Amino acid sequence: MDLDWRVFCRDTIDGEFVRGCLGDAERITYLDWLLSAWGWTLSVAALAWIVAIAAGAVVGVLRTTPHRPLVILGNAWTELFRNIPVLVQVFLWYHVIPALFPLLRAIPSFLLVVVALGLYTSARISEQVRAGIQSIPQGQRLAALALGFTLPQVYRHVLLPQAWRIVLPPLTSESMNIIKNSSVAFAVSIPELTLFALQAQEETARGIEIYLIVTGLYFFSALLVNRILHIVEMRLRIPGLIVVTK
Amino acid sequence: MIEIDRVSKWYGSFQVLSDCSTHIGKGEVVVVCGPSGSGKSTLIKCVNALEPFQKGEIRVNGISVSDPKTNLSQLRAHVGMVFQHFELFPHMTICDNLCIAQVKVLGRLREEAMERGLRLLDRVGLKAHAHKYPGQLSGGQQQRVAIARALAMDPICMLFDEPTSALDPEMINEVLDVMVELASEGMTMMVVTHEMGFARKVAHRVIFMDQGRIVEDTPKEAFFAMPRSERAQAFLAKILSH
Ligand SMILES: Nc1ncnc2c1ncn2[C@@H]1O[C@H](COP(=O)(O)OP(=O)(O)O)[C@@H](O)[C@H]1O
Ligand SMILES: [Mg+2]
Repeated sequence: MDLDWRVFCRDTIDGEFVRGCLGDAERITYLDWLLSAWGWTLSVAALAWIVAIAAGAVVGVLRTTPHRPLVILGNAWTELFRNIPVLVQVFLWYHVIPALFPLLRAIPSFLLVVVALGLYTSARISEQVRAGIQSIPQGQRLAALALGFTLPQVYRHVLLPQAWRIVLPPLTSESMNIIKNSSVAFAVSIPELTLFALQAQEETARGIEIYLIVTGLYFFSALLVNRILHIVEMRLRIPGLIVVTK
Repeated sequence: MIEIDRVSKWYGSFQVLSDCSTHIGKGEVVVVCGPSGSGKSTLIKCVNALEPFQKGEIRVNGISVSDPKTNLSQLRAHVGMVFQHFELFPHMTICDNLCIAQVKVLGRLREEAMERGLRLLDRVGLKAHAHKYPGQLSGGQQQRVAIARALAMDPICMLFDEPTSALDPEMINEVLDVMVELASEGMTMMVVTHEMGFARKVAHRVIFMDQGRIVEDTPKEAFFAMPRSERAQAFLAKILSH
């Protein structure tokens, strides 16, 4: 098998080799395209992550409150978004919801994918947050209430700071998943890594090189997230407290 | 100070408390004992409304704890509670454990709270540990911090739910000593415990519970001389033989 990495130095229109591999205003090489696709992948993943963390934390907390209606609402949210395949959810946001609500037609598909991926992941994160909070001994909540804390204060000062540390390891794997899952964006024509791979290998007939590089970038991105969150985890470690993770 | 008036509570169809009544006056120390599962923890948690109950009334300092108009946060802030498993907040230093409720609930200034917290920590003999985390202290030390944390709120009365039963035997006395001192200063105390030595020393009354009922509510001397009910006699004999 002979690999020819120079494919990335070719112009995407005429196939000519470009000096230095990076194009300019007129010429775009496959390397340029690859980097921009990587950027799209990271952008979709990062924005979806923010949506997922925010919604997942709120829904996870609701599910642990003593208020029945809030618990039911949170459970319904989680079941809804967790049990529909993520690709189907992307299509729902892209095709069905704008048809039902014409106002949403103006929203770029990039943002629809962010919402779809974010909400899907929020269901999974809410599950981690709920489990994290419920693994804290009931006595902690009681002790905080007994000191006169209101319920929001109990969460703010006692439960969440502990849950956050318990939830970090599973959160790390969800964060890595979101990078991998962002590949569904190709289905609605977001020019991210997977779409790049599909199109570029067709144009250049250099599928092996292209997929190797794309695989490498997904791997590297996920690893980077893993390392960063691991450092956060170490930083938050409390002397004398062993967090038991299941 | 604490008036418990015909309180009944059910979990579903299971009755945990049946028609419990007692009155704890200012400065009184009342020990509550009884077999496991008899409802002692449930009753003491009803006093600061950590557990709701379906019938009867409890008033603390004249304020009904089941009245929806009662500001529970304010009421609980001044009813100290000490738990079997200490329940210090493991993610905060000892110092922060002592200060946080003073600042967030009572609205004290941080410096003021700190000064008060450290003074109480000194009183329970743990001043040197202010900057450690709870997980770095022994059980007995943690429980003393928990008592100091409750005292920092200037409680009008203190509730203890088996404060020494999770401790290794050699640590029980360091905690009981703090409680004895507190009692001798006139603190109103309701203490669930099987430490009969403590009851003998400082209790004014002993309440014996069985199957959700207050079976016996007698002055200490009478209780130790001879409990009226057979169940309490059997219980006492068993406890004292240990
Ligand atoms: N949340 C609950 N749901 C149902 N039953 C409970 C609950 N909490 C306690 N109980 C039951 O109530 C009874 C009294 O419990 P508790 O007050 O903890 O007893 P004690 O402190 O005297 O050992 C026990 O039989 C216990 O199983
Ligand atoms: Mg108990």
